[in-house]
This record gives sequence, C-alpha cells and structure tokens, in this order.
Amino acid sequence: MTPEAGTLSPLHRLPAWAKLMALAIAGTGLVLIGDWRLVAAALLATLGLYRLAGISQRKAFQQLRPLMWLLVLLFLVQGLWQSWELASLVVLRIATLVLAAALVTLTTRSEALIAAIEGALGPFRRFGVNPAKVGLAFSLALRFIPVIGQQAQEIRDAQRARGLGTNPVALALPLILRTLKMAGDVADAIDARSPYSDPYGDDDDLPPRFVIEPGTINTRTSCKTAEAPQKT
Amino acid sequence: MTTIEVKGVHQRFDTFEALRGIDLTLAERRIGIVGSNGSGKSTFARLLNGLLVPTSGQVLVDGLDTARSGKAVRRKVGFVFQNPDNQIVFPVVEEDVAFGLKGLKLPAAQRGALVEEVLDRYGLGPFRQHPSHTLSGGQKQLLALAGVLITRPDCVVFDEPTTLLDLRNARHVTKVIEEMEETVIVVTHDLQLLKEFDRIIVFDEGRVIADDEPGAALARYVERMQ
Ligand SMILES: Nc1ncnc2c1ncn2[C@@H]1O[C@H](COP(=O)(O)OP(=O)(O)OP(=O)(O)O)[C@@H](O)[C@H]1O
Ligand SMILES: [Mg+2]
Repeated sequence: MTPEAGTLSPLHRLPAWAKLMALAIAGTGLVLIGDWRLVAAALLATLGLYRLAGISQRKAFQQLRPLMWLLVLLFLVQGLWQSWELASLVVLRIATLVLAAALVTLTTRSEALIAAIEGALGPFRRFGVNPAKVGLAFSLALRFIPVIGQQAQEIRDAQRARGLGTNPVALALPLILRTLKMAGDVADAIDARSPYSDPYGDDDDLPPRFVIEPGTINTRTSCKTAEAPQKT
Repeated sequence: MTTIEVKGVHQRFDTFEALRGIDLTLAERRIGIVGSNGSGKSTFARLLNGLLVPTSGQVLVDGLDTARSGKAVRRKVGFVFQNPDNQIVFPVVEEDVAFGLKGLKLPAAQRGALVEEVLDRYGLGPFRQHPSHTLSGGQKQLLALAGVLITRPDCVVFDEPTTLLDLRNARHVTKVIEEMEETVIVVTHDLQLLKEFDRIIVFDEGRVIADDEPGAALARYVERMQ
C-alpha cells in the first residue's frame, strides 16, 4: 500500500497507470496461456520483480497466505477430476495474478493508484460508470481491510475467552453486524468530511467558499507530544 | 463566529420521537451537551451540520437552512465522531487528511503544505506516510480532528471524542479541544472535559431540562441522574 521510505526501486518510481496497464496485459496473457510450464515461468518472473522492488520473498508469500487453502483445494479437485496438468495451470495462474496485483499495490501509493483508476475509467463515464465512486470504493477497501481484520481478531479473542471454539459461523455473524454498523458511520463521516466535493461524484463543480492558503490554519495550539504508533 | 439556531425541532424515527421540541440559539464559543444514554444528544449533534434533517422544525447555521444548504453548512460546521476508526477513510495518514480538500482543485504543492501544517499542529508530522490503522487510539482521534480542521470550519461538533480513549489520551484530546480557536460544541459523558466551558445544555428524554453555566447545569444533571 505505502512503500516504506527509502525503498524507491525502479518499480516504485514507475507511474501508477503504467503498472496498472502492465497488470491488465499480464492478466490477459496469463488467461490465454494454456501451458502450465509457461505460467510457472511467469510466476518466477513475478517473484523476480519482487526482488527488483526490494520486497522480501517472505512478504511475497504473505500475499498468498489468505488464499492458501483455496489453492490447495482447487488443486486437489482439479487434479482428481480433471488432470494434474490442468490443476497446476489453474493454481499457478491464480497465484501469479494475485502476486502481480499485490506487487502493484505494494509499490504504488494508494493515492496514485486511485487517481490512475479514476483516470482510466473516465471514458466510461458516458456508459454510466462513475469514476469518483469507483475510486472511493477502492480506497475504502484498502483502508478497511485491516480494520475488519482487527475486528475479526477481537471477536475471536472474546469468543475464546468465553470458552467458545473457533467456529467460522460464530465469527461471521457478529463480524457482519459490526461491519454494517461501521458502514453507516463511515458513510456519515464521508458526508461530513466532503464540504467541497461530492464524494459520490454526482456534481463536481462546487465553487469553493475561499481558496485556502498554507500558513493560515491557526497555529496557536502546539501539542507535539504524540507517542509512537502501536504495533499491529 | 457561527450562530446556530434550532427552531421547534422534532425528530422522529418511525414512531419513536427522539427529540421532542427543541428551541435553542447556539452562539457561545464552548458549548457542552450532556444527558443520559438515549436522551437524544447524538441525534441533536447530527442535526447541527445537516447529517440529519429534522422531521419538523428548522436548523439554521448563520441563516442557512440545513435542509436546503447541506454543503454550505458543512463548510461552516465540522463533525468529529466518537470512533475515529470510522471516519478515517484513506489508508495513509496524509492522504486521509487531504480528503477534505478534494474538490478545491488546489495545486499539489499547496495541498502538501496544508497537510503538513495541520499534521504538525497535532504532532502527527512523523506519521505522515504511515498506514492510518497503525496509529494509537489518541493519534487516530487527532487525525480525525486534523482531517476536519483542514477544511477550516468555523465550528466543530464533537460526539463523545474521549469515550474510547485511555486516561492519558483523553487528557491530551481534552487539552487540544480547550485550545482550539474554532467554536466547539461537545457531546460527552466526560464532565471533566466541560469544566471551563461557557454553557452546558442538559438533555433528557428528547428535551432540554437545563441550559446554564457549567456549575449550575452540571449540578442539575447530577441531581437528575440520582
Ligand atoms: N437512526 C435511528 N433509527 C431509530 N432510532 C434511532 C436512530 N438514531 C437514534 N435512535 C433512537 O433515538 C434515541 C436517542 O438516540 P441518541 O443516539 O441521540 O442518544 P444519545 O443521547 O446520543 O445516547 P448515548 O449517550 O448512548 O450516545 C435512542 O432511543 C435511539 O435508539
Ligand atoms: Mg450518542
């Protein structure tokens, strides 16, 4: 999501639109390739790009971990019912796509990514696509995935403390309820925080009440004692 | 200085009447709002910048009707919610702060300078590029405030800004609110926060039961709670 300071590799410096374009082309290519060995080569090439970007292989595998069980299951099902070659092809293809997409988000500031997506969707405006809305949805997804993950952890801890096991259904229900409540609050906050734009992009030419100049926000307060950020 | 006039406001949710006839003119610099759970404080607060429009009656901000001039009202009245997690909408600290400037079409350099200024004001400068979910609770609340103040409202409404914070962070946020130059309206159960305020309004079951300086109003509130 945010490249750490001091790690500006050539991949980080590439403009967001170029990376998205490359991702789209690579994605199409992967779907067209029917030989699992070529896809395996593409996977290795993607891992090579991780190295080029200065991202550890461990972090690369972290991107796949949430999908691990799905991939294993898919591999077994395809292998047993179809053929092991097809199974390898399908699983390698998904893994490569996920790794490539993750590489783009890891080496691009989310702001740049969102701007690029909004720009790319511009021509589709006439078909009723609203680029601002898609961009906002995208940034909200990036923002709230860790929050929802944290909440899942909290609920799991609370259930364990009460001696309940880790039942996925028992986790899903409170998590969905919390997320819905949160969604309502977030929508309110977006409204309250957008005095100069329509966050949903329905009218984007509101005249500003004034032009804000730097140095004019009042600076009487000086509370420079913030602590270190929490480790999560 | 902003003046908010609340005229004959009733707020119904289905058949339940959360506010039952409120008439107030809010013009002091520091106004506190207290009351028991469910007494209608948050509902009232949300009326003040048009997040909610009254079922009947009117809310006027410097003469602007919140029912008709939502955007203009929100430029004057900012809102800080109880849970900062739900009002931080971008994954990175500086991007989140800049969200309020969207639509102003400022040059990037100028936008950057504004972001830096408001982050420095709350000691968040070093976290500019951090993922917003890694901040502490107190820092998140300050980030939420920074994200509101960058649009330079004249007045900021807070709904229980210290409820989710530990004592140390609650004190820090209290100090920040005390030092703000903007007009503030604070809904809270944290009576410490209101000691130095100009005016306290006590809500009960959707009505105002006291409206006075802190000493008298809080005494009435405590008596009512017994
Ligand atoms: N959107 C809504 N739909 C239905 N009922 C609502 C809604 N919002 C508030 N209420 C009801 O209105 C009443 C007042 O709610 P409000 O949130 O304003 O109380 P409060 O004073 O802020 O309480 P607390 O101290 O618990 O935050 C409550 O009974 C609540 O259930
Ligand atoms: Mg409330």
